[in-house]
Amino acid sequence: MTAALAKAERPAPRNRARARFMRHRGAVVSALVLTIIVAAAIGAPLVEGWLGHGPNDPDLGKRFLSPTWAFPLGTDEAGRDVLLRLMYGGRVSLLVGLAAALASAVIGTAIGIVAGYYGGRLDAFLMRLTDAVISLPSLALLIVLAAVDLKKIGVPDSIAYSDAVSLYRIIFIISLVGWTGVARLVRGATLSMRTREFVRAAVALGAPARRIMLVHILPNVLGPVIVATTLSVGGIILAESVLSYLGLGIQPPIASWGNMLSNAQEMLTQAPQLVIYPGLAIMLTVIAFNFLGDGLQDALDPRAGE
Amino acid sequence: MMRFVVVRAFESLVVLALMSFVVYALIGLMPGDPIDIMLAGDPNMTPEDRERLRQLFGLHLPIWERYGNWLVAAIGGDFGFSRTFNRPVLEVMAPNLGRTALLMMSSFVLSVAIAIPLGLAAAVRQRRLADYGINLFCFAGKSVPPFWLALMLILVFAVELNWFPAGGIETVGASGIVDRVRHLALPVACLTLLNLASVARLMRAEAIGALRQDYVRTARAKGLAERRVIWGHAMRNALNPVVTVIALEFGTLFSGALITETVFAYPGMGKMIYDAILGNDYNLALIGLLFATLLVLVGNLAADLGYAALDPRISYR
Repeated sequence: MTAALAKAERPAPRNRARARFMRHRGAVVSALVLTIIVAAAIGAPLVEGWLGHGPNDPDLGKRFLSPTWAFPLGTDEAGRDVLLRLMYGGRVSLLVGLAAALASAVIGTAIGIVAGYYGGRLDAFLMRLTDAVISLPSLALLIVLAAVDLKKIGVPDSIAYSDAVSLYRIIFIISLVGWTGVARLVRGATLSMRTREFVRAAVALGAPARRIMLVHILPNVLGPVIVATTLSVGGIILAESVLSYLGLGIQPPIASWGNMLSNAQEMLTQAPQLVIYPGLAIMLTVIAFNFLGDGLQDALDPRAGE
Repeated sequence: MMRFVVVRAFESLVVLALMSFVVYALIGLMPGDPIDIMLAGDPNMTPEDRERLRQLFGLHLPIWERYGNWLVAAIGGDFGFSRTFNRPVLEVMAPNLGRTALLMMSSFVLSVAIAIPLGLAAAVRQRRLADYGINLFCFAGKSVPPFWLALMLILVFAVELNWFPAGGIETVGASGIVDRVRHLALPVACLTLLNLASVARLMRAEAIGALRQDYVRTARAKGLAERRVIWGHAMRNALNPVVTVIALEFGTLFSGALITETVFAYPGMGKMIYDAILGNDYNLALIGLLFATLLVLVGNLAADLGYAALDPRISYR
């Protein structure tokens, strides 16, 4: 076979990755589903305008309504529009999922690269720390972290008791325990990168450690990091929903898929649909992120998985 | 082998000690403090009483000293009193520990017993309908909000069908093993479903790898029955990495147990910790978190040893 022919048959790596991704039907469908969910979350104010009422307007005369044109999915136990609350709740869940996944990825990548590059005692210490965090009962720890009184660590009242603080707090505490997977992954990849010729050449040329880590190693470990980050979004959305369900996450009046379920137990007999919708929304989103991650893994990191 | 066990046990102890300090400090940061709660309960207290109580309980000391005092008492077996139960915390916790162990162990055994054949079945029928079905089931299991799965089980099996009770551990007045098992059914089913997916998925991936190996081809060429090939040759080798992951999943299993217990009002460690944190029962929350950590660490260690027992190539020196 001639070289030209071989070249024609083998597309560029980027196209090959795209082709592998497109072959993963679950991932393609998930990408579509996620696009719709994101569009719904972004378009929430638009729909609010059409319907003429807000997501947090209680109306005790309109409790547990069946779906109508004014309330497409009916109303909840306080007479609020369920569809609007689902759309606004989606904003919160997606924001928390993406922000905490990104923050965890940054922390994990930094720790992983430093541990893998420097090796020795620092590596041993950082990896023991990672093992320790992995071995903790993470949900119980998250509950304690979520219950901490911000005032006692010196946050002024105006911030500690504002509505938005529960959002930032949950992103922060989830990132605090969520970085371990990426750290392990990146450390492993860095260890193998460190022995490669181009890295050794850079060392020999006298490049400073920071430059080697950022310019030579980081771009080459990014593939697995992207996969792991995508796969972690689902778990984070689940964690947020659990904490909000337990009353320790996103605080009312801000709607989140988790806190829409915090009265679920009482509603189970009276209005089971109010329990079913938010749960389905969470599950659909999380499944989509997991399939997307799986597809990205096939595309970017074909040797992992099977 | 002995050396490995000792080193790992020591490491676990260090983690536990660090965790105890972190949790001790964090619990000090939770809203309110014991004196405020007493003040709320007794309007006749004066500011002088308050200061006296602070001195009495050592709350004026810096956190290091308070932790030191707690640690000394704890090593002596005194973990303090539960505020809500007015009894020593160890006494409050003991029955919960047993109940959580029962819940976790039965779900663990069930989920592994179901996941391994399920993963193998998917691997043998790779890229056929059954495989896609099992795969979708696993993705669903990994993606379902745990508390919502519990709620759905209640909705279907307790509210609609009325087959099982929706919560608690026994019917008031009734006793006997059948009643207890009926109360356990839904929590165990819930935790099993949550735990099943990751094990089955991993088993599938490992079994696919194992089925491609030369020794599997040799076994087939020898004319062994397909059953023997799969269960005797492929399964044994696929199992080792699965056990490692199960080891790391112990913390996840406990998180699942916490949620399951809370939704089903099952009085175990998870529900106890949650209630203690919400009820400002500091001593109980602290001991609960420490025992939960201990439970997870012991589970990890046990699984590590199980790994060595399963794979003769690993000796840990």
